[in-house]
Amino acid sequence: MGKASRDSFGQAITELGADPRVVVLDADLSKSTKSALFAKRYPERFFNLGITEANMIGTAAGLALCGKIPFACSFACFLTGRYDQIRVSVGYSDANVRLVGTHAGVAIGEDGYSQQGLEDVATLRSLPNMAIVQPADHRETVAAVRYLVEKHIGPAYLRLTRQNLDDVHDDSYAFRFGGGDRLRSGGDLTLAATGGVVAGALRAAERLAAEGIQADVINFPTLSPFDGAMLVESARRTGRVVTVEDHSVRGGLGSAAAEALAEAAAPARLRRIGMSDYGESGTPAALYRKFALDTDGIHATIREWLVK
Amino acid sequence: MGTHPMSQTAPSDREPTAPDLDRLRELCRAIRADIIRMLTAAGSGHPGGSLSAVEMIVALYFHHLRHDPARPDWPQRDRFVLSKGHAVPVQYAALARAGYFAPAELETLRRLGSRLQGHPDRTRCPGIEASTGALGQGLAIAQGMALASRLDGNAFRVYCMIGDGESQEGQIWETALTAPNLGLDNLCVILDWNLGQLDGLVAEIQPIEPVAEKWAAFNWHVLEIDGNDLEQCLAALAEAGRVKGRPTIIVSRTVKGRGVSFMEEDIPAWHGVAPSAEQAAAALREIAPAETGRTPRRTPPASTRH
Repeated sequence: MGKASRDSFGQAITELGADPRVVVLDADLSKSTKSALFAKRYPERFFNLGITEANMIGTAAGLALCGKIPFACSFACFLTGRYDQIRVSVGYSDANVRLVGTHAGVAIGEDGYSQQGLEDVATLRSLPNMAIVQPADHRETVAAVRYLVEKHIGPAYLRLTRQNLDDVHDDSYAFRFGGGDRLRSGGDLTLAATGGVVAGALRAAERLAAEGIQADVINFPTLSPFDGAMLVESARRTGRVVTVEDHSVRGGLGSAAAEALAEAAAPARLRRIGMSDYGESGTPAALYRKFALDTDGIHATIREWLVK
Repeated sequence: MGTHPMSQTAPSDREPTAPDLDRLRELCRAIRADIIRMLTAAGSGHPGGSLSAVEMIVALYFHHLRHDPARPDWPQRDRFVLSKGHAVPVQYAALARAGYFAPAELETLRRLGSRLQGHPDRTRCPGIEASTGALGQGLAIAQGMALASRLDGNAFRVYCMIGDGESQEGQIWETALTAPNLGLDNLCVILDWNLGQLDGLVAEIQPIEPVAEKWAAFNWHVLEIDGNDLEQCLAALAEAGRVKGRPTIIVSRTVKGRGVSFMEEDIPAWHGVAPSAEQAAAALREIAPAETGRTPRRTPPASTRH
C-alpha cells in the first residue's frame, strides 16, 4: 500500500517550499491536510487562520494578486462550500491561487457525509479558468504539486485523498497537465477513472482481461481542462465507456465524459460509477463495497452492464 | 467630463506634503458630477453609496496613496480595494481623473465591451486591484495583500473600503478577527457608514451598531470621523499610517447621496437607481453650478437589476 495523496502533497510542498513565492494557508486542519509538514519547515510562510475558510480563500487571493503562490488547504467540502469566494475572489479575479481539498470522496469513511467532498469537482468545473487536478498515486501527486508551483498560471484546485493509494505509476511517469493518461490498451471497453479509484479500476481491468475482455484504461489526473479528445478516440473504437470516480456522478468525471461524447456524437454507450446519493458513515472498505467503488464493485458493474 | 485636467499623480513619500485643499475640493465636485453623468448615461447603477464615499476616495487617490497611473502594475504601489464594489463609479471617476484612462471612457460604464464593468473587474480595468461586488469579500483580499507586503519587507500599504450594509456579511467578521491577530498594521479599512442598503435603512433591516465598539473589541485601532469632511479623511489616513502592531479602521460617518439634496432626503430610494435626465440636470446644478449646460441623455433601460 502506497501513500495517501494528502501525505504526498505535504511532502512535496515542503520539498518545494524553498521557493519564496510559496505561502501555505490552512483553516485548523493542518494535521489532516498535512500542510503541517510545510508549517514545521517554513513557519514564516505558513498561516493557520483558524476555522475561517471564506477568509482564508480571500486572503489567498490577495496574496496571489501580489505575486505569491498561495496553497489554501482544507477538506474538499469545506473549501468548495465557499463557492462564492472561489467564484469571485479567485476565479473571476484570475488569482493564481491553489486550493487544496483533501478528504475527497466517501472513502474518508466513519466521519460521514458532512465531511465527505462529493460535489467539489462539480461546483468548480463550472468556473472557466479553474484547473482541476486529481492525482491517482504518490508519484502523480508529487509531479502535480511540482507543476502547480513551477509552471501553472491561474486558479487551480488539487483534489486529494485521506486514504492510502496503491501505486499506479513507476518512476518513468511524467505528469502532463490537461492530458489523459492511458494505463492499459484494449478495444472492448473504455474504462475512465480519476483519483483514488484508479488503482481499483486497473485491477478490475486485469480481471476482465483474464475473462477475455480488453479494457482501454484511461486515467484522468486533470478534470478541467478535460481531455475529451482522448476519451472520444477510445470510445469510437470500443463503443462502450465506463467512468469511475469517488464523487457525485452529477458534475464530475462522468458528466465531463458525457459532454465530450455527446458533443463529438461518438457512437458509444456510457455507464457512470460514482456517488448518486449523499454519503454516510462506515469503514472505507464497507462504503466502497456498498457503492461499487472497489475492484469487485467496478468489475461486477461492468460485467452486468456488458450482458445487457 | 474632463473639464478638470489632472496632472499625473507621481509616487510620493510616505508622509506627503501638505494637501492642496482647494484642488481636492474641486476634485470632489468634479467626481460627483462624473458619477451623476456616468450613471445617467448608463441608465443604472448605485449613486447613493458612490456619492457618500467621494471625499475619502479623493483623499486617497489625490493625496495619500503612493501610486503611479502610468505604471498600474508597479509592484510597490499602495493597494486600494473597494469591497463595496457597487460604488465603483466613484473609483472609476477617480482613476480617470488621476490618469489611469481617459475621462471620456467613463461614458462607457456598464456598456457591452466596456472595461468599466458594473462592478470592479481587475482583469479588465487598469487601477482596479481586486474583482469585487459579491459583498464581504474584498476585505479578506486586502488582508492577503497586506500579508504579501509584510512578507516582502512592507513594500506597500493596503486600504480597503467596506460598507455598513456589507458589514452584515459573516466573512467581514472572519477577517476582522484575523487581521489584528496577524498584526497587520499596514492594513487600513474604511467603513463608509452611510446608513443605507438596498432594501432600506441598515438600522431597520439588520442593525450593526454599536459598530465602532465591535471593531475595538476585535482589537482594531478605531478612528471615528465625519467622512464627508475632507480634512478629517486626510488626518485619519495619516494617523492610520502611524499605528504600529495592529490594523486601523476609520469609521467614516457619511451621508448617502451626499451633494444631491433629493438623494440625501430619501436614502433607500437612491441605493441602486440611476437618475433620469431631468433629475441629473437638477443634481448637476447643485454639484457643479458652472456646468449646468451639459446634461447627459439617458439611455434605457432605467432600472438596476438585482
